[in-house]
Amino acid sequence: MIAKTLTTAQLEETYDRIAEAIDTAGEGREALFLAKLSLALAAMLGDPVKIREAIDAALRDLG
Amino acid sequence: MHTPDAKPRASVFYDYAIHPYRRPPEMDGEAARHPVVIVGAGPIGMVTALDLARFGVPSVILEQELQVSHGSRAIVLTRRSMEILQQVGVAGPFLEKGLQWSRGRSFYRGREVYQMVMPHDADDRFLPGLNIQQQYIEEYLVDAVERSGLIDLRWGSKVLAVRQDDESVTLRVDTPEGEYDLTAGWAVAADGGRSAVRRLMELRMEGRSYPGNFVIADIQAKLDLPTERLCFFDPNWNPGNNVLVHRQPDDLWRIDFRLPDGETAEQALEPDLLARRIELVLGMIGKRVPWRLDWATVYSANTLTLPDYVHGRVLFTGDAAHLLPIFGVRGANTGFQDCNDLAWKLAFVVQGKAPRGLLETYSSERVQAAREICEEGGKSTRFMTPPTRGFRLMRDAVLSFTLSEEFCKDLLHWRTSRPHTYAHSPLNSFADEDRAFAGGPACGEPLRNVRLGDGDYLFDHFGTGFHLLVFAGTEGVSDGQRALLRQAGELGVQLGVPMVRVILAASPTPEMAALAEAALADPGGRAAAKYAAGPGTAYLARPDTHVCARWRSATAGDVAHAVRVAMGTVPGETK
Repeated sequence: MIAKTLTTAQLEETYDRIAEAIDTAGEGREALFLAKLSLALAAMLGDPVKIREAIDAALRDLG
Repeated sequence: MHTPDAKPRASVFYDYAIHPYRRPPEMDGEAARHPVVIVGAGPIGMVTALDLARFGVPSVILEQELQVSHGSRAIVLTRRSMEILQQVGVAGPFLEKGLQWSRGRSFYRGREVYQMVMPHDADDRFLPGLNIQQQYIEEYLVDAVERSGLIDLRWGSKVLAVRQDDESVTLRVDTPEGEYDLTAGWAVAADGGRSAVRRLMELRMEGRSYPGNFVIADIQAKLDLPTERLCFFDPNWNPGNNVLVHRQPDDLWRIDFRLPDGETAEQALEPDLLARRIELVLGMIGKRVPWRLDWATVYSANTLTLPDYVHGRVLFTGDAAHLLPIFGVRGANTGFQDCNDLAWKLAFVVQGKAPRGLLETYSSERVQAAREICEEGGKSTRFMTPPTRGFRLMRDAVLSFTLSEEFCKDLLHWRTSRPHTYAHSPLNSFADEDRAFAGGPACGEPLRNVRLGDGDYLFDHFGTGFHLLVFAGTEGVSDGQRALLRQAGELGVQLGVPMVRVILAASPTPEMAALAEAALADPGGRAAAKYAAGPGTAYLARPDTHVCARWRSATAGDVAHAVRVAMGTVPGETK
């Protein structure tokens, strides 16, 4: 389980910001933007076990 | 010549009554000047008229149709709306007919991924939501309007032009017998989202409109499901979009779904396609039962408001003043709060008891409320109808996570309409005393209901006017409280504004009953706890029951000052 470390208000703000950033990146470049964002957040997190957990969680229920 | 449809609208469950047009006195040369004319006999126009009538202010309502509105429209009334309807004395039939509820469940890929129970306190008389078709809302209000004796509801009367000067406002009215001029001190525009008054005055709303069309369809069917909000995200039959299902009285069900991008309203309402989709919804909820369509329409989401609701002698309210997203039931429920804020102020201005500037606070309080609702409702709207690819990807990411993770489920919260807090209102006073309280409703918040006994609640004892709540100690009322209550009553008489004095005491005495309009028993101190009150605490609330001052210990002079600030006759403090 991914721990809920952000308040709901912070999560909402994050949601809006990333959505707007995807639009700013533009179609065709959004995957690259999201990959860069993941790397940046992983570097900030600094915990390889948690990074693997996050990758596993994000891979579930894609289809 | 205005020729309204005199044929009852078609419905599988509701018998529309035709209300005849009657020739107004103006057409026979009687040039009456009315205190207030209200444009629109929708829920907001009629509640405004009923609220004005409580204060003895007569009004004329102009309604272009001859019957109540087509379709179930508003359907969900919040607890606050029910409290406002109770204030104007019409809650009874709504409770009898409506279905109360508090739970919502959301589904994704056939699994329940989120459940929310809207907060309900044992001290509340009404549950958070009550479902009722707008036909009934308007029918019960028409009944009350006709009983009031102060309201002249004119059916079949369409406004063609608005002109005003410093003294009055004149409406050009078209009827089945031709046109006439109606002159009033004030006009209230309560003529809905496509307000003719707003259009005639060329006023523009600010905000944004969201892409994406939704169908609302009402069907009659025996589904045998509880009253709750059902939300289905991304069902197989409508990929990427969502479906809402709400139960209504008379075996009526509201089905609400987003259309695929690019599909027009005409295409969506085509009978065969609509029927196919209704079958798909029924299949999705596992209820393949016979059904009949009652009404269907298409809407899109907006977060728009006029920047000012007071334009000379014309006052805007409800959807005529703002267009808010349907998510979170913010249309009628916001409108009821608008007119509850407006009516007492307008009544006192009409009666010459308060300066005209009091109406400016109607605009400032309610425009602020609308802007906050636009901000908050915008979030729900961006989730329900993602406006861009970025928002759609984020929404899909959250939904995907809900199947295996908990951390982002709160983003599925649908943020229901709630009473607004007028924390920064210029009508509030004694800010330091307000801050000294450890709890209870602060200045700007509505008073809180308290259950006093079986089927007996604090709000049931309220009346029309300012409310002064005084908490007595175990010793009974003190000399100071005696003087306060007596002088508050005298102040009401002097200012010509009704003052409802309510004493809450461990055991009320005949003396208390003589000192106040209501002396109520609070043996366990539950009311006192809810108001963070000790012996001597006093709350002053405006006629719309929003607190405007409160004290640990008040003098008659304090209350007199606070009442004058709330009437707009003396400026509030700047400290």
